Amino acid sequence: MLGFGILSGLLILPLVGAAFILTLRGDSEAARSNARWAALATTVATFLLSLVAWARFDVASASFQLVESHSWLTETIRFKLGVDGFSMPLILLTTFLMPFCILASWESIENRVKEYFVAFLVLETTMIGVFCALDLVLFYLFFEAGLIPMFLIIGIWGGKRRIYASFKFFLYTLLGSVLMLLAIMAMYWAAGTTDIPTLLAYKFAPNLQIWLWLAFFASFAVKMPMWPVHTWLPDAHVEAPTAGSVILAGVLLKMGGYGFIRVSLPMFPDASLYFAPLVYALSVIAIIYTSLVALMQEDIKKLIAYSSVAHMGFVTMGLFSMNEQGIQGAMFTMISHGLVSGALFLSVGVIYDRMHTREIKAYGGLVNRMPLYAVVFLILTMANVALPGTSGFIGEFLTLMGAFRSNTWVAFFAATGVILSAAYALWLYRRVVYGELDKPALQDIKDLNRREIVTFAPLILLILYYGVQPGPILDAFAAPTDALMNSVQAALATVKTAAVAAH
Amino acid sequence: MNPALTIPAFGPMLPEILMAVGVLALVLFGAFRGERPGYGMSIIALALLAVTFVAVLMLPSERVETMAGSFVVDGFAKFMKALTLLASAGGIILSLDYMNREGIYRFEYPILIVLSTIGMMMVISANDLIALYLGLELLSLSSYVIAAFDRDNVRSTEAGLKYFVLGALSSGMLLYGASLIYGFTGSVSFPVIATVLQGNVGIGAIVGLVFVAAGIAFKISAVPFHMWTPDVYEGSPTPVTAFFAAAPKMAGMAMATRVFIDAFPGILIQWQQIIVFISIASMALGSFAAIGQRNLKRLMAYSSIGNVGYALIGLAAGTPDGVQGVAIYMAIYLAMTLGSFAIILAMRRGNVMFESIDDLSGLSRTHPALAFCLAMMMFSLAGIPPLAGFFAKFYVFAAAIQANLVTLAVIGVVTSVIGAYYYLRIVKVMYFDAPVERFERMSPGVSFVLVVSSAVVLLFWLVPAPIVNAAGAAARSLF
Repeated sequence: MLGFGILSGLLILPLVGAAFILTLRGDSEAARSNARWAALATTVATFLLSLVAWARFDVASASFQLVESHSWLTETIRFKLGVDGFSMPLILLTTFLMPFCILASWESIENRVKEYFVAFLVLETTMIGVFCALDLVLFYLFFEAGLIPMFLIIGIWGGKRRIYASFKFFLYTLLGSVLMLLAIMAMYWAAGTTDIPTLLAYKFAPNLQIWLWLAFFASFAVKMPMWPVHTWLPDAHVEAPTAGSVILAGVLLKMGGYGFIRVSLPMFPDASLYFAPLVYALSVIAIIYTSLVALMQEDIKKLIAYSSVAHMGFVTMGLFSMNEQGIQGAMFTMISHGLVSGALFLSVGVIYDRMHTREIKAYGGLVNRMPLYAVVFLILTMANVALPGTSGFIGEFLTLMGAFRSNTWVAFFAATGVILSAAYALWLYRRVVYGELDKPALQDIKDLNRREIVTFAPLILLILYYGVQPGPILDAFAAPTDALMNSVQAALATVKTAAVAAH
Repeated sequence: MNPALTIPAFGPMLPEILMAVGVLALVLFGAFRGERPGYGMSIIALALLAVTFVAVLMLPSERVETMAGSFVVDGFAKFMKALTLLASAGGIILSLDYMNREGIYRFEYPILIVLSTIGMMMVISANDLIALYLGLELLSLSSYVIAAFDRDNVRSTEAGLKYFVLGALSSGMLLYGASLIYGFTGSVSFPVIATVLQGNVGIGAIVGLVFVAAGIAFKISAVPFHMWTPDVYEGSPTPVTAFFAAAPKMAGMAMATRVFIDAFPGILIQWQQIIVFISIASMALGSFAAIGQRNLKRLMAYSSIGNVGYALIGLAAGTPDGVQGVAIYMAIYLAMTLGSFAIILAMRRGNVMFESIDDLSGLSRTHPALAFCLAMMMFSLAGIPPLAGFFAKFYVFAAAIQANLVTLAVIGVVTSVIGAYYYLRIVKVMYFDAPVERFERMSPGVSFVLVVSSAVVLLFWLVPAPIVNAAGAAARSLF
């Protein structure tokens, strides 16, 4: 097939679907329905193709697999794709969440239906591209390209303050990323290539590492988002349409964490060690502060957005504890949070579609009219609190364990975040679901329909399954984590030897 | 043999000779044919440009000097001449329908554009200060006239007059600088100047250099010599503005590159700080001043000032990679600017042309394809991948990092984020706001330019190699 492999297929397939939807003529009901079905078919096909890639993927190996390389800008900047144990699960998460996003937009998107699905499919390509790019320039290309469709999704189909939110989202992220671009160039001139596997083996001078680390940090911290550059996220979440929030929380936030583990940790180990206290401090502040902020929210989506920031604090804390438990826990938290927060936003979408408000005050006593919904929301709330038995627990437990090994105080403060998360999540649940159903508008609210049940069932099953059976995901992380630990330890050992020799 | 009788080699000048002869024939033809609206003259002028384009492509790639060393052809000249010819052709194609419908068509218009193009090609190939000045004056004088081409319109005549007065001033400065350099080096020829000016040079030559830089900065509308740009861009007929934003920029950047790299390589430290300053100033002004603009043509003027700032980053590096960056930047800028102006020219209902940002309101509902193209142009100008504008910025910033101009690069990327704000605002108006009335159907010439430039902007990332490699070869030929 002209040397194009399965990963190219994953990138091209959504674009083909988008091109097909563009060819649909008119804005009749038939054309809209065709656009919906075409988008669903495309995302399902992409998911199936990613399963094929998963089947061909060897979990035991730490090296990059399914690699393909095409000539591009120069001989040293190539169009190179490949996956390892860190990126493969994230690709699966992306392709898995997409059909749900399409389903969630089935009825709630009424105008400009074709454009909406085109934007989503293009977004899918860029997200998959970020996770499978094996060249830093290509990585940057996909990393930034995703801004365009997301900007349009928030701006066209968003809520009241959508324009403010879309601009803030775009400019915030862009400002962080351009510094990363300069760092990529500096790496290119230092190492002579932007090929990620080569750069992983390259030792950057410790002095240069500091600057490169900071530049990448500017980008990933905004994308993550870490306190104090998280303020774009609540706005973007609140204004985005449901599916946009799902993708934002489920996948886009993971790009920051993925960037840390793909670039910052392995390529700049000295700088990562140097800056670890900073990251710890920011993570702990994020966990405690944003949990407190979440307590005070009156908008359901905003509350979940702040809880996302807190969870991402666990991810950065785990990553920079730089031990096996911390890193695996952080990766697991990312996957789990992708499922849980995605599903949470979908469940907010369910009541928003019925009532067109996200005010917590507008609800109460939903359990009386919507028992199924109450169960779904309960399980998701528990997963968000990281109750044992849900996937949220595994990740949080591992990251705390990793943090405990490297810094007890960090683990102590982060653990208070677990309590706070229980407080805000359970309080939200009480206010929305329990109590008397006394609001007149809620008197004839309908329970989940069949489409919504189909949407939630697989997500909930996976959340529970990975809560008791985390092995399949953790196994995928094991090999690359080992490799990462070895290379980081080796790099740090040389620094220590050099320091000893200098004395 | 008496050297005075030696006939210089005319081969390398074939494109210029073709155009000069062709344009004289056009003048005669036009005079005999008389004032008659239509496309005839423009089509012939386009054919002339096409023939010249082929002749340029057939030039040798290695360095050839002729006319006693005052005219040089190399890979760089070839590349930039090809871009200039494309830009001029774009300027004529965009005017085809407009000039006739506005009733300002005169047969001199394509002739003046071709004359100006000859000047540009001379400038690109000039290898001494006198040839440079001659080319520059031919280029400028024709430009002044076409700026005022809508001669019954006050704004257009004002634009022409303003352009002329300020242009004459800058030519004077350039000439003064050239005379100082001649005085202190004893030669006008770039290679000789380069050998004389090495290491520590006297203040006189430096002052000359500053004046030359000022004259060049005026021609490429770099800050602080940019004041004429917004007024001239706004006042001139729109196709003329498109031409100004495209073709003279190509020639101007080529001239700046050749003068600084060929004539002053020994005092890079001296001119680098000048270029760094005007680059930073242009980028900053281009991004901040554009925020308040409501008129699209003025906005594009500030955008072009900013873009010149980015292109100058590559020149400031003073390395082959930097010059490659400049060449790539100009090629991609050409596509972006012609595409954007094609859309401005499509904003017409009946006899009224619209040029305010608010007139684009809801364009995505009334003209989805047009809105999509303009949105892609704007994202590309903002430097968002995977659009072509990203690669343009990528190469110049990479060159700056390589040359250790990190501060310049950081300021550059920060201003590009600020600039992104006003490009995004256009996207916002088109996509997020409520629609107004539809515009008329585009004329075929305008849609042709739009399709070609959109294709370049959208698909560059899939096959970047041809332009990147050609620009790389062009840059190496200068060193």
